[in-house]
Amino acid sequence: MCLGVPGCIESISEEDSLTRMGKVGFGGISCEVSLAYVPEARVGDYVLVHVGFALQVVDQNEAQRILEEIGKIEDLMQDDNSMIRPSLPLENPL
Amino acid sequence: MRFVDEFRDPERVHSCAAEIRSLTTQPWTIMEICGGQTHSIVRYGLDQLLPDGLTLVHGPGCPVCVTPVEMINKAIDIASQPDVILCSYGDMLRVPGSGRDLLSAKALGADIRIVYSPLDAIKTARANPGKQVVFFAVGFETTAPANGMSILQAAREGLGNYSMLATHVRVPPAMRAILTSQGTRIQGFLAAGHVCTVMGIDEYLPIAKEFHVPIVVTGFEPLDVLQGIAECVRQLEQGRAEVSNQYSRVVRSEGNPHARRVIEEVFEIVPRNWRGIGTFPESGLGISSKYRDYDAESRFGPGPPTS
Repeated sequence: MCLGVPGCIESISEEDSLTRMGKVGFGGISCEVSLAYVPEARVGDYVLVHVGFALQVVDQNEAQRILEEIGKIEDLMQDDNSMIRPSLPLENPL
Repeated sequence: MRFVDEFRDPERVHSCAAEIRSLTTQPWTIMEICGGQTHSIVRYGLDQLLPDGLTLVHGPGCPVCVTPVEMINKAIDIASQPDVILCSYGDMLRVPGSGRDLLSAKALGADIRIVYSPLDAIKTARANPGKQVVFFAVGFETTAPANGMSILQAAREGLGNYSMLATHVRVPPAMRAILTSQGTRIQGFLAAGHVCTVMGIDEYLPIAKEFHVPIVVTGFEPLDVLQGIAECVRQLEQGRAEVSNQYSRVVRSEGNPHARRVIEEVFEIVPRNWRGIGTFPESGLGISSKYRDYDAESRFGPGPPTS
Protein backbone atom coordinates (compact mmCIF):
# COMPACT_ATOMS: atom_id res chain seq x y z
CA MET A 1 0.00 0.00 0.00
CA CYS A 2 2.96 2.35 0.26
CA LEU A 3 3.13 2.52 -3.53
CA GLY A 4 4.89 5.69 -4.64
CA VAL A 5 5.54 6.63 -8.27
CA PRO A 6 7.92 9.29 -9.61
CA GLY A 7 6.31 11.83 -11.95
CA CYS A 8 7.31 15.12 -13.59
CA ILE A 9 5.61 18.39 -12.61
CA GLU A 10 4.08 19.92 -15.74
CA SER A 11 2.29 22.90 -14.19
CA ILE A 12 1.60 24.38 -10.75
CA SER A 13 -1.56 26.20 -9.64
CA GLU A 14 -0.28 28.62 -7.04
CA GLU A 15 -2.90 28.43 -4.29
CA ASP A 16 -2.05 28.68 -0.64
CA SER A 17 0.24 26.24 1.12
CA LEU A 18 -2.54 23.85 2.15
CA THR A 19 -4.17 23.50 -1.25
CA ARG A 20 -1.20 23.96 -3.62
CA MET A 21 -1.74 21.57 -6.55
CA GLY A 22 0.19 20.65 -9.65
CA LYS A 23 -0.31 18.64 -12.82
CA VAL A 24 2.14 15.74 -12.76
CA GLY A 25 2.96 13.53 -15.74
CA PHE A 26 3.68 9.82 -15.49
CA GLY A 27 4.96 8.91 -18.92
CA GLY A 28 1.85 9.85 -20.90
CA ILE A 29 -0.76 10.09 -18.13
CA SER A 30 -1.15 13.27 -16.09
CA CYS A 31 -3.14 13.95 -12.96
CA GLU A 32 -3.66 16.61 -10.32
CA VAL A 33 -1.38 16.10 -7.32
CA SER A 34 -1.13 17.97 -4.05
CA LEU A 35 2.22 19.76 -3.73
CA ALA A 36 1.50 20.90 -0.18
CA TYR A 37 4.39 18.82 1.18
CA VAL A 38 6.96 19.96 -1.40
CA PRO A 39 6.75 23.77 -1.37
CA GLU A 40 10.20 23.91 -2.96
CA ALA A 41 9.13 21.87 -6.00
CA ARG A 42 9.15 23.60 -9.41
CA VAL A 43 7.90 22.76 -12.91
CA GLY A 44 10.25 20.16 -14.40
CA ASP A 45 11.09 18.56 -11.06
CA TYR A 46 10.39 14.88 -10.55
CA VAL A 47 8.39 14.15 -7.40
CA LEU A 48 7.46 10.93 -5.64
CA VAL A 49 3.65 10.67 -5.59
CA HIS A 50 1.63 8.56 -3.14
CA VAL A 51 -2.21 8.62 -2.92
CA GLY A 52 -2.36 11.94 -4.74
CA PHE A 53 0.32 13.71 -2.71
CA ALA A 54 3.90 14.51 -3.65
CA LEU A 55 6.03 13.36 -0.70
CA GLN A 56 9.49 14.37 -1.93
CA VAL A 57 11.40 15.89 -4.83
CA VAL A 58 13.54 13.20 -6.48
CA ASP A 59 17.24 14.07 -6.26
CA GLN A 60 18.32 13.55 -9.86
CA ASN A 61 22.03 13.80 -9.07
CA GLU A 62 21.71 11.17 -6.38
CA ALA A 63 19.83 8.89 -8.77
CA GLN A 64 22.64 9.31 -11.31
CA ARG A 65 25.26 8.59 -8.65
CA ILE A 66 23.53 5.37 -7.62
CA LEU A 67 23.31 4.20 -11.23
CA GLU A 68 27.00 4.96 -11.73
CA GLU A 69 27.82 2.96 -8.62
CA ILE A 70 25.81 0.04 -9.98
CA GLY A 71 27.65 0.47 -13.27
CA LYS A 72 30.94 -0.05 -11.44
CA ILE A 73 29.58 -3.26 -9.95
CA GLU A 74 28.65 -4.36 -13.44
CA ASP A 75 32.25 -3.76 -14.63
CA LEU A 76 33.67 -5.58 -11.62
CA MET A 77 31.40 -8.55 -12.08
CA GLN A 78 32.11 -8.77 -15.80
CA ASP A 79 35.54 -10.20 -14.95
CA ASP A 80 34.08 -13.40 -13.59
CA ASN A 81 31.16 -14.09 -15.96
CA SER A 82 30.31 -17.35 -14.19
CA MET A 83 29.34 -15.24 -11.18
CA ILE A 84 26.83 -13.26 -13.20
CA ARG A 85 24.88 -16.11 -14.73
CA PRO A 86 23.36 -18.12 -11.83
CA SER A 87 23.28 -21.91 -12.06
CA LEU A 88 19.44 -21.82 -12.01
CA PRO A 89 17.97 -22.15 -15.53
CA LEU A 90 16.50 -18.65 -15.31
CA GLU A 91 15.12 -16.88 -18.30
CA ASN A 92 15.24 -13.14 -18.05
CA PRO A 93 13.01 -12.46 -15.00
CA LEU A 94 12.21 -8.91 -16.24
CA MET B 1 15.63 9.74 -16.87
CA ARG B 2 12.23 8.82 -15.37
CA PHE B 3 13.61 6.95 -12.33
CA VAL B 4 11.76 3.71 -13.04
CA ASP B 5 13.11 1.78 -16.06
CA GLU B 6 16.71 2.66 -15.25
CA PHE B 7 16.33 0.77 -11.97
CA ARG B 8 14.96 -2.35 -13.69
CA ASP B 9 17.85 -3.01 -16.13
CA PRO B 10 18.15 -6.82 -16.43
CA GLU B 11 21.91 -6.88 -17.03
CA ARG B 12 22.52 -4.74 -13.99
CA VAL B 13 20.16 -6.88 -11.92
CA HIS B 14 22.36 -9.88 -12.71
CA SER B 15 25.50 -7.91 -11.83
CA CYS B 16 24.06 -6.85 -8.47
CA ALA B 17 22.97 -10.41 -7.77
CA ALA B 18 26.48 -11.60 -8.61
CA GLU B 19 27.90 -9.05 -6.20
CA ILE B 20 25.65 -10.39 -3.44
CA ARG B 21 26.82 -13.93 -4.17
CA SER B 22 30.44 -12.80 -4.00
CA LEU B 23 29.82 -10.98 -0.70
CA THR B 24 28.01 -13.86 1.06
CA THR B 25 30.27 -16.27 2.94
CA GLN B 26 27.75 -17.62 5.45
CA PRO B 27 23.97 -17.95 5.92
CA TRP B 28 22.05 -14.78 6.74
CA THR B 29 18.34 -13.99 7.35
CA ILE B 30 17.11 -10.56 6.31
CA MET B 31 13.59 -9.10 6.56
CA GLU B 32 12.18 -6.65 4.09
CA ILE B 33 9.65 -4.54 5.98
CA CYS B 34 7.35 -3.32 3.26
CA GLY B 35 4.87 -5.30 1.19
CA GLY B 36 5.91 -3.17 -1.79
CA GLN B 37 9.40 -4.60 -1.52
CA THR B 38 7.99 -8.11 -1.15
CA HIS B 39 5.94 -7.49 -4.30
CA SER B 40 9.06 -6.48 -6.23
CA ILE B 41 11.04 -9.48 -4.94
CA VAL B 42 8.36 -11.94 -6.01
CA ARG B 43 7.38 -10.21 -9.24
CA TYR B 44 10.97 -10.06 -10.55
CA GLY B 45 12.08 -13.36 -9.04
CA LEU B 46 14.89 -11.64 -7.13
CA ASP B 47 14.92 -14.32 -4.44
CA GLN B 48 15.89 -16.87 -7.11
CA LEU B 49 19.05 -14.89 -7.84
CA LEU B 50 20.30 -14.97 -4.25
CA PRO B 51 22.78 -17.49 -2.81
CA ASP B 52 21.14 -20.45 -1.06
CA GLY B 53 22.22 -19.41 2.45
CA LEU B 54 20.64 -15.97 2.16
CA THR B 55 17.01 -16.02 3.34
CA LEU B 56 14.51 -13.20 2.88
CA VAL B 57 11.69 -13.18 5.42
CA HIS B 58 8.70 -11.08 4.38
CA GLY B 59 7.94 -8.43 7.00
CA PRO B 60 4.75 -7.07 8.60
CA GLY B 61 4.17 -5.98 5.06
CA CYS B 62 1.24 -3.87 4.51
CA PRO B 63 -0.98 -1.77 6.75
CA VAL B 64 -3.98 -3.20 4.93
CA CYS B 65 -3.38 -6.79 5.99
CA VAL B 66 -2.59 -5.91 9.62
CA THR B 67 -5.75 -3.80 10.02
CA PRO B 68 -7.54 -5.33 13.02
CA VAL B 69 -10.90 -7.12 12.61
CA GLU B 70 -12.64 -4.66 14.91
CA MET B 71 -11.78 -1.75 12.63
CA ILE B 72 -13.15 -3.55 9.57
CA ASN B 73 -16.32 -4.32 11.57
CA LYS B 74 -16.57 -0.66 12.60
CA ALA B 75 -16.17 0.51 9.00
CA ILE B 76 -18.88 -1.89 7.83
CA ASP B 77 -21.18 -0.84 10.68
CA ILE B 78 -20.74 2.86 9.88
CA ALA B 79 -21.12 2.31 6.14
CA SER B 80 -24.36 0.41 6.67
CA GLN B 81 -26.04 3.32 8.43
CA PRO B 82 -28.46 5.55 6.48
CA ASP B 83 -27.12 8.74 4.85
CA VAL B 84 -23.50 7.64 5.20
CA ILE B 85 -20.94 7.39 2.40
CA LEU B 86 -17.79 5.46 3.30
CA CYS B 87 -14.76 6.25 1.15
CA SER B 88 -11.88 3.77 1.20
CA TYR B 89 -8.69 2.82 -0.58
CA GLY B 90 -9.48 -0.05 -2.90
CA ASP B 91 -7.21 -2.57 -1.24
CA MET B 92 -9.32 -2.45 1.96
CA LEU B 93 -12.50 -3.75 0.39
CA ARG B 94 -11.71 -7.46 0.44
CA VAL B 95 -10.13 -7.62 3.89
CA PRO B 96 -12.51 -9.79 5.95
CA GLY B 97 -14.16 -8.55 9.14
CA SER B 98 -15.84 -10.94 11.60
CA GLY B 99 -18.82 -11.55 9.34
CA ARG B 100 -18.25 -9.98 5.96
CA ASP B 101 -16.00 -7.54 4.14
CA LEU B 102 -16.66 -4.06 2.80
CA LEU B 103 -17.21 -5.37 -0.73
CA SER B 104 -20.10 -7.61 0.33
CA ALA B 105 -21.49 -4.81 2.53
CA LYS B 106 -21.44 -2.65 -0.62
CA ALA B 107 -23.26 -5.39 -2.50
CA LEU B 108 -25.92 -5.37 0.21
CA GLY B 109 -26.51 -1.67 -0.38
CA ALA B 110 -24.03 0.23 1.79
CA ASP B 111 -22.71 3.31 -0.03
CA ILE B 112 -19.00 2.44 -0.12
CA ARG B 113 -16.82 4.21 -2.68
CA ILE B 114 -13.25 3.48 -3.72
CA VAL B 115 -10.98 6.52 -3.78
CA TYR B 116 -7.39 6.96 -4.94
CA SER B 117 -6.70 9.89 -2.62
CA PRO B 118 -8.17 11.33 0.59
CA LEU B 119 -8.72 14.51 -1.44
CA ASP B 120 -11.32 12.54 -3.39
CA ALA B 121 -13.12 11.88 -0.09
CA ILE B 122 -13.07 15.63 0.61
CA LYS B 123 -14.62 16.26 -2.83
CA THR B 124 -17.32 13.69 -2.02
CA ALA B 125 -18.07 15.48 1.25
CA ARG B 126 -18.40 18.83 -0.53
CA ALA B 127 -20.71 17.29 -3.13
CA ASN B 128 -22.96 15.59 -0.55
CA PRO B 129 -23.69 18.09 2.24
CA GLY B 130 -26.70 16.10 3.37
CA LYS B 131 -24.68 12.96 3.99
CA GLN B 132 -22.02 11.91 6.46
CA VAL B 133 -18.86 11.15 4.49
CA VAL B 134 -16.40 8.92 6.36
CA PHE B 135 -12.92 8.19 5.06
CA PHE B 136 -11.37 4.86 6.13
CA ALA B 137 -7.80 6.02 6.79
CA VAL B 138 -5.33 3.15 6.71
CA GLY B 139 -1.57 3.14 6.22
CA PHE B 140 1.93 3.31 7.58
CA GLU B 141 3.53 6.71 8.25
CA THR B 142 3.76 7.02 4.45
CA THR B 143 0.02 7.66 4.10
CA ALA B 144 -0.58 9.58 7.31
CA PRO B 145 0.38 13.00 5.87
CA ALA B 146 -2.14 12.63 3.03
CA ASN B 147 -4.89 11.44 5.35
CA GLY B 148 -4.00 14.13 7.89
CA MET B 149 -4.17 16.86 5.24
CA SER B 150 -7.76 15.90 4.46
CA ILE B 151 -8.70 16.77 8.06
CA LEU B 152 -6.85 20.08 7.91
CA GLN B 153 -8.67 21.01 4.71
CA ALA B 154 -12.03 19.88 6.12
CA ALA B 155 -11.44 21.89 9.29
CA ARG B 156 -10.55 24.99 7.32
CA GLU B 157 -13.59 24.69 5.09
CA GLY B 158 -15.87 23.77 7.96
CA LEU B 159 -16.88 20.53 6.25
CA GLY B 160 -18.92 19.27 9.18
CA ASN B 161 -20.09 16.18 7.32
CA TYR B 162 -16.54 14.82 6.90
CA SER B 163 -14.85 12.48 9.38
CA MET B 164 -12.11 9.88 9.36
CA LEU B 165 -11.92 6.34 10.74
CA ALA B 166 -8.18 6.14 11.39
CA THR B 167 -6.28 2.89 11.87
CA HIS B 168 -2.70 3.93 11.07
CA VAL B 169 0.30 1.85 12.14
CA ARG B 170 3.92 2.79 12.83
CA VAL B 171 6.92 0.72 11.72
CA PRO B 172 9.59 1.14 14.45
CA PRO B 173 7.52 -0.46 17.28
CA ALA B 174 6.75 -3.42 14.98
CA MET B 175 10.46 -3.87 14.29
CA ARG B 176 11.16 -3.88 18.03
CA ALA B 177 8.39 -6.44 18.57
CA ILE B 178 9.91 -8.68 15.89
CA LEU B 179 13.41 -8.35 17.38
CA THR B 180 12.22 -9.12 20.91
CA SER B 181 9.97 -12.01 19.93
CA GLN B 182 11.17 -15.37 21.08
CA GLY B 183 13.38 -17.26 18.66
CA THR B 184 13.56 -14.44 16.15
CA ARG B 185 15.80 -15.28 13.19
CA ILE B 186 16.04 -11.77 11.76
CA GLN B 187 19.63 -10.50 11.49
CA GLY B 188 19.11 -7.42 9.32
CA PHE B 189 16.35 -5.27 7.81
CA LEU B 190 15.48 -3.56 4.57
CA ALA B 191 13.58 -0.56 5.93
CA ALA B 192 10.53 0.72 4.08
CA GLY B 193 11.70 3.41 1.68
CA HIS B 194 8.50 5.41 1.55
CA VAL B 195 7.95 5.37 5.30
CA CYS B 196 11.41 6.90 5.59
CA THR B 197 10.65 9.39 2.82
CA VAL B 198 8.25 10.93 5.34
CA MET B 199 9.83 10.09 8.71
CA GLY B 200 13.56 10.12 7.89
CA ILE B 201 15.99 7.62 9.36
CA ASP B 202 16.67 8.83 12.91
CA GLU B 203 13.99 6.58 14.46
CA TYR B 204 16.02 3.54 13.34
CA LEU B 205 19.39 4.53 14.83
CA PRO B 206 18.56 3.34 18.39
CA ILE B 207 17.11 0.07 17.04
CA ALA B 208 20.26 -0.73 15.04
CA LYS B 209 22.40 0.08 18.05
CA GLU B 210 20.30 -1.65 20.73
CA PHE B 211 19.78 -4.89 18.79
CA HIS B 212 23.01 -4.74 16.74
CA VAL B 213 21.20 -5.22 13.42
CA PRO B 214 21.98 -3.43 10.15
CA ILE B 215 19.02 -1.47 8.79
CA VAL B 216 19.20 -0.40 5.13
CA VAL B 217 16.58 2.12 3.94
CA THR B 218 15.65 0.57 0.60
CA GLY B 219 13.59 1.49 -2.42
CA PHE B 220 11.27 -0.72 -4.45
CA GLU B 221 12.69 -1.28 -7.91
CA PRO B 222 14.75 -4.46 -8.51
CA LEU B 223 18.09 -2.65 -8.41
CA ASP B 224 17.05 -0.86 -5.23
CA VAL B 225 16.16 -4.12 -3.48
CA LEU B 226 19.33 -5.91 -4.61
CA GLN B 227 21.52 -2.95 -3.64
CA GLY B 228 19.79 -2.88 -0.25
CA ILE B 229 20.43 -6.59 0.24
CA ALA B 230 24.07 -6.20 -0.82
CA GLU B 231 24.62 -3.41 1.71
CA CYS B 232 22.90 -5.44 4.45
CA VAL B 233 25.04 -8.52 3.69
CA ARG B 234 28.19 -6.38 3.53
CA GLN B 235 27.49 -5.06 7.02
CA LEU B 236 26.61 -8.50 8.39
CA GLU B 237 29.78 -10.00 6.98
CA GLN B 238 31.83 -7.19 8.57
CA GLY B 239 29.97 -7.35 11.88
CA ARG B 240 28.64 -3.82 11.49
CA ALA B 241 25.13 -2.68 12.48
CA GLU B 242 24.43 0.71 10.98
CA VAL B 243 21.51 2.51 9.39
CA SER B 244 22.37 3.23 5.76
CA ASN B 245 20.31 4.82 3.02
CA GLN B 246 20.17 3.05 -0.34
CA TYR B 247 17.10 5.02 -1.46
CA SER B 248 18.96 8.34 -1.24
CA ARG B 249 17.41 9.73 -4.42
CA VAL B 250 14.15 10.09 -2.45
CA VAL B 251 14.92 9.69 1.26
CA ARG B 252 16.60 12.56 3.12
CA SER B 253 17.87 11.82 6.63
CA GLU B 254 15.34 14.26 8.12
CA GLY B 255 12.49 12.88 5.99
CA ASN B 256 9.87 15.46 4.98
CA PRO B 257 9.50 18.03 7.77
CA HIS B 258 6.28 19.50 6.32
CA ALA B 259 4.66 16.06 6.31
CA ARG B 260 5.92 15.21 9.77
CA ARG B 261 4.49 18.45 11.16
CA VAL B 262 1.00 17.54 9.90
CA ILE B 263 1.31 14.04 11.40
CA GLU B 264 2.25 15.57 14.77
CA GLU B 265 -0.61 18.08 14.51
CA VAL B 266 -3.43 15.79 13.43
CA PHE B 267 -2.49 12.47 15.02
CA GLU B 268 -1.32 11.15 18.37
CA ILE B 269 0.57 7.94 19.10
CA VAL B 270 -1.70 5.19 20.40
CA PRO B 271 -1.45 1.43 21.05
CA ARG B 272 -2.63 -0.54 18.02
CA ASN B 273 -3.70 -4.14 17.50
CA TRP B 274 -1.88 -5.62 14.49
CA ARG B 275 -4.05 -8.39 13.02
CA GLY B 276 -2.46 -11.78 13.52
CA ILE B 277 0.46 -10.37 15.49
CA GLY B 278 -0.89 -8.62 18.57
CA THR B 279 -1.18 -5.24 20.25
CA PHE B 280 1.96 -3.16 20.64
CA PRO B 281 2.15 0.02 22.68
CA GLU B 282 2.79 3.18 20.64
CA SER B 283 2.46 1.27 17.38
CA GLY B 284 -0.47 3.25 15.96
CA LEU B 285 -1.61 6.75 15.10
CA GLY B 286 -5.03 7.91 16.24
CA ILE B 287 -6.68 11.27 15.66
CA SER B 288 -5.54 13.83 18.23
CA SER B 289 -7.95 15.37 20.71
CA LYS B 290 -7.60 18.71 18.89
CA TYR B 291 -9.35 17.17 15.86
CA ARG B 292 -11.74 14.93 17.78
CA ASP B 293 -14.64 16.49 15.81
CA TYR B 294 -13.30 14.75 12.70
CA ASP B 295 -12.83 11.37 14.37
CA ALA B 296 -15.46 8.93 13.09
CA GLU B 297 -14.91 6.70 16.15
CA SER B 298 -16.15 9.41 18.49
CA ARG B 299 -18.82 10.58 16.01
CA PHE B 300 -20.35 7.14 15.41
CA GLY B 301 -19.63 5.38 18.70
CA PRO B 302 -17.74 2.15 19.50
CA GLY B 303 -19.25 -0.08 16.80
CA PRO B 304 -20.20 -3.79 16.99
CA PRO B 305 -18.41 -6.33 19.24
CA THR B 306 -15.57 -8.21 17.50
CA SER B 307 -16.95 -11.76 17.98
